[in-house]
Amino acid sequence: MAAISPPRPRRKLSLRQQDVRTGWLLVIPALLVILGVTLWPIIYTFILSFYHAPTGLNQVRTFVGLGNYLEMIKDRTFWETIGRTMYFTIVSVSLEMVLGMAIAQLIHSHPWGWRFLRFSLIIPWAVPTIVNGAMWRWIYSADFGALNGLLMQLGLIKHYVPWLTLPNLAMPLVILADVWHTMPFVALILQAALATLPIELDEAAAVDGANAFQRFWQIRLPLLRPAILVALIARTVDAFRVFDIVYIITSSGPANRTLTITYLTYLNTFPWGNQGIGASLSFLISIFTISMALIFIRFLYHPEETQ
Amino acid sequence: MMPFRKFLRKLPPFLLTFPVLFFIFFPVLWLFSASLSNQVELYAIPTHWVPQHPTLQNYLDIIFPNLATSSVPRTFAVALLNSIKIASAVTVISIVIGGLAAYALVRIPFKFNRTIQLGFIATRMIPEVSLILPLFIIASRLQLINKPVVLIMAYMSFALPYAIWMLAAFFQSVPLELEDAARMDGCSRLGILFRVVMPISVPGLVSTAMFTFLLAWDEFFYALIFTSTLASKTAPVAMAEFVGRYAVNINGMMAGGIIVALPPVILAFIFQRYIVSGLTAGAVKG
Amino acid sequence: MRTLNKITLVALALIIVFGVVGCQKKQAGGVVIHVLTMDQAGLKPAEIDQIAREFETLNPDIKVSMEYVGYDYVHDKIVTGMAATPPGYDAAMIDVIWPDEFIKSGYLLDVTNRVTADMKTNMFPASWNGVTRNGKIYGMPWLMDVKYFIYNKDILSKAGITAPPTTWEELVDQATTIKQKGLVEFPIMWSWAQKEAVVCDFTVLLFGNGGAFLDTSGKPAFNNEKGVQVLTWMKKTIDDGLTNPSAISSIEPDVEADFLAGKSAFAVNWLFQYSDSNDSTKSQIVGQAAFAPMPVFAAGAAAGIKGSSVDGSSSFAIMATSRYADQTWKFLTYLASNEVQMKYSAEMLPVWQNDFQGDALAKLLAATPNNPVTVPAFQAQFPYANERPTVAYYNEASAALQLAIQEALTGVKTPQQALDEAAATWVSLAGK
Repeated sequence: MAAISPPRPRRKLSLRQQDVRTGWLLVIPALLVILGVTLWPIIYTFILSFYHAPTGLNQVRTFVGLGNYLEMIKDRTFWETIGRTMYFTIVSVSLEMVLGMAIAQLIHSHPWGWRFLRFSLIIPWAVPTIVNGAMWRWIYSADFGALNGLLMQLGLIKHYVPWLTLPNLAMPLVILADVWHTMPFVALILQAALATLPIELDEAAAVDGANAFQRFWQIRLPLLRPAILVALIARTVDAFRVFDIVYIITSSGPANRTLTITYLTYLNTFPWGNQGIGASLSFLISIFTISMALIFIRFLYHPEETQ
Repeated sequence: MMPFRKFLRKLPPFLLTFPVLFFIFFPVLWLFSASLSNQVELYAIPTHWVPQHPTLQNYLDIIFPNLATSSVPRTFAVALLNSIKIASAVTVISIVIGGLAAYALVRIPFKFNRTIQLGFIATRMIPEVSLILPLFIIASRLQLINKPVVLIMAYMSFALPYAIWMLAAFFQSVPLELEDAARMDGCSRLGILFRVVMPISVPGLVSTAMFTFLLAWDEFFYALIFTSTLASKTAPVAMAEFVGRYAVNINGMMAGGIIVALPPVILAFIFQRYIVSGLTAGAVKG
Repeated sequence: MRTLNKITLVALALIIVFGVVGCQKKQAGGVVIHVLTMDQAGLKPAEIDQIAREFETLNPDIKVSMEYVGYDYVHDKIVTGMAATPPGYDAAMIDVIWPDEFIKSGYLLDVTNRVTADMKTNMFPASWNGVTRNGKIYGMPWLMDVKYFIYNKDILSKAGITAPPTTWEELVDQATTIKQKGLVEFPIMWSWAQKEAVVCDFTVLLFGNGGAFLDTSGKPAFNNEKGVQVLTWMKKTIDDGLTNPSAISSIEPDVEADFLAGKSAFAVNWLFQYSDSNDSTKSQIVGQAAFAPMPVFAAGAAAGIKGSSVDGSSSFAIMATSRYADQTWKFLTYLASNEVQMKYSAEMLPVWQNDFQGDALAKLLAATPNNPVTVPAFQAQFPYANERPTVAYYNEASAALQLAIQEALTGVKTPQQALDEAAATWVSLAGK
C-alpha cells in the first residue's frame, strides 16, 4: 500500500520550469496562427495526392495510392523540369549569395555615399514581381528592348537579338531578372547582421595583425553564419519554387526551357484539372525543399545556446 | 583634410559602388523613363533613353482616376491602399507574434523546440498554388472572400514562419554574455527579451519588418484568387491587368510599377536611421 | 508587468487586424448575383457597370455584382469559384475552348429551354457554336471574334504590290519582295509564344491547308502530312527571315506592338489591332492598316477551302450550382439584348444578325470611324471561323501541341517528330 505522503508544501515552480512555461507562452500565438491557417489545407492536399482527382463538381475521386507519385517519377518531363529548376536554383542562389555578401561588405566598409547605396538596394526588391517580370520582358524585347538598344549602341552587337526565343539563353535571362530583384534581400540581411557584430573583435584582430581577408574569413564569416543560413535557406526554398517571374517573362517557353516545377504544379492543378497530380507534385516539391533545408542546417548550423 | 593614405584606402570601395549602382539603377531608370513615355515613343528605334516627348499622362491616369480613359488606372488607388493596409497588418502581427516565438525558439530549451522550428520551416515548403484551393474553400465557408482579413490570414501562413526564422537568426547573434549579465542583475526571461535582446536587435527587427512587408506587398496569386472586386483588389492584381491577351499598356504598367514601389521605398527611407551599426560597441565592456 | 506587456502587444496586434477589416456593408434584402468577366476586350468595365445599373433599375430586387479580371485569369477564378458552396459566381465569361471541360466538370447550367426562338434564329448561328454541345445550349453568346489578316497598305504600295496575297505562298513571295527592297526587315508577324496564341495561329494555317486536328474517328490528325507541311512552312518563314524570329516569344499584344510601329507588313491578330492602328497615341501607322481575307494554302484552295480563321469568341454561362439561375438568366438576356448591344456597338459588334442589315447596319457603320472597315471585314471572315477541338482535356492537349510547335520552331525536333509526340499525348489523354 502506498504510504500517505505528507501534503506537498506549495512552492514556486523551479526557475527552469518557469522558463519552459514562458517559452511555451511565447510560442503558442505563432503556433496557433500557422496551424490554424495551414493545417487543414496541408492535410487536404496530402490526402488528395493519393487520389485521381479531376476538377469538377460531380467528379469521382478514385484512390490510387502512390499512383500519382509513380506517374510523376516515371515521367521524363518531371525529371527534366526538376533538373531545370535545380539549375535555376543553384545559379540564382549562388549569384545572389556572392553578390549579396560582396555588397554587404562594401556597405559595411562605409565608403562615401554608403547610406545612399544601402537605401538604393531596397528599390529592386520593392518593385513588385509582376512589374519586375514585365519590365525585364520588355528589356529583353527583340524589337524594342533596352538590352538590344544598349548593346547595339555600345557596338557589341550588329543586329537585334530575339533573346527570349533562344532555348539556351532563356533561363539565364530569367535568372538575371530574378537575381536583380532578390539580391538586395541577401545583401540587406547580411548587412544588418554585420551591423550587429561587435566592432571590438574586428579591431582586436586588426591590432593582432590580421589582414582584411583573414578578418573576413575567420572572424566575420563564422559570426555571420546564422544570417547566412537564413538567407541561404530562404532563397533556396523560394528559388526552387519560383513561379511568378517565369509566368510573366516566358510562360515556360521557349519549348519548355523555362518550365519550373511549381509552374508544372500550377498547370496540373488549374488549367489541366489534375488535382491529384498537382497535390502529389506539391509534396514532391516539399520533400525536395525540406531535404535541401535540412542539408544546409546539418552542415552549417551550430547552435550556440546552452542546453 | 584627410590624410592621403586614408583617401587611397577609401577610394576603391567608393569606385566599386558605381558598378553596383549601375546594376541597380539601369533597369529602374529605364522603368521610370518608360513611365514617362507614351506608347509610340516606347516602341521607338533606336531606343529613346530619355523620352523626347515626356508625358505625365500615365501617372495622371492613375492619380486622377475619373479622367482616365481605361478602367485599370481608375481602380488603382484603391488597390494601392488595400495593399498598404494588408501588408502593414501582416508585418505588425508577424513581428510581434514572431518576435516572441523566435526568441523562445533560440534561447529557451523546451521540449519540441526543434520540432516546432522544423515545422515552421516546413510550412513554407508547400507551394502556394497547391494550398490555394483548400484555403479558398475554407475562406468561402467563412464568407471571407473579398475581405482584407482573408488575405491577412493567408499571408500569415508564409510571412510568419519567415519572420520567425529571420528574427531567430538575429536574436542568436546577440552575444550570450549580455543576456547572462542581465540574468545576473535579476532580469526574468521576458525582461531579457524586452530590455536587452530587442533593443540590440533593432537592425534585425527593422530588416525583418521590411522584408515581411515586401513579402506581403509583392504577393500576387492569393490576392488574385481571394479578391477581385474593385474594392478589395491589391496592387499586384491591379497591375496584372495592364497587359494581357488584348491589352497593351506597358507605359501604364511602368507608371503603376513606380507608384507601387514607392511605399516600401519610403518606409525604408524612414526607417533606415534605425539600422545603426556598432550599437554593441559599449555593451560588452560595461 | 511582463506578462501584461505581452498581452498588451498581442491585443494591439489583434486590434490592428480588426481595425483593418473595417466595417462591411450589410446587404439589404433582395438577391445579389455575382458575375465574372474579363476586362480587356469588348465592352469596358465602366460600360458593363452602367448596363448592370440600368438592369437593377428595371429589376429592383436584383443586384448585380460584377468582377473583372484579365483574360489569363478568368479560367482559374472560375475553377476556384466553383470549388466553394455557394459558388463564387452565378455567371461567368466562357472562352470558346472551355465548354467541354466545364460541362464535364459540371460547372455549366443547361439553358436550352430558356433560349427563345428569337435568339436562336436572329443571333449569328456561328455564335452559338461556343455554347452548344450535343444539342444542348449552355450559355449566351457575347463577344464574337476571329483572327484577321491585317496588312500595311503603304508598305505594300512602296514595294509595288498592288493587291494583298490570297494564298500563303503568295504571301511569302510578297514578303520576300518587301524584304529585298529593304522596306521592312521581317515583314510577317505572328503570335507563336508557348501559349494558346500559337494554337490559334496554327488553327488558321492548318485548316487553310485542308488539315484538321482530329479525324472522323476522333484520333489526332494534325500530325499527318498536311499538319507537318504547315509546321514546316512556319519554320521556313523564320529561317528565310520573313517571319520575325521574335514571334516565338510573342503573344497578340506583341504582334500589335510590332505592326503599329511599322515593323511588319503583314500580321495575324484579333480585331483590336485594327482600331488601335488608327489611334495616334498608340500607332505610328495611322490610316495604313487594311484587312484582307485570311489567305489559305494553294493546296487548300485546290481542295475547295475558301477561307480559314480561328474562332476566339466568348459567351456568358450560368454556373450550375448558382442559387439564382432565373435572375442571372434575366441579366444575361438583358446584357445580350438587341437594344443594349446596339447602344454599345462602338465597342463591340452585336451578336444579332439583323443588326447587320438595313437601318441597323447604317447605324452600326456610323457608330465609330473604324466600323465601316471592321464590320464588312467581320462579315467576310467570321463565317470561316474554325473551332479548336471540343474535347474536355483541351487545355492539356493544347499545351502538348504548343510544346510541339515550339520545339519544331526552335529546331529542337523535326516537325514530324514533334507533332507525333504531341499526337501520342493526345491519345493518352483521350484514354484517361
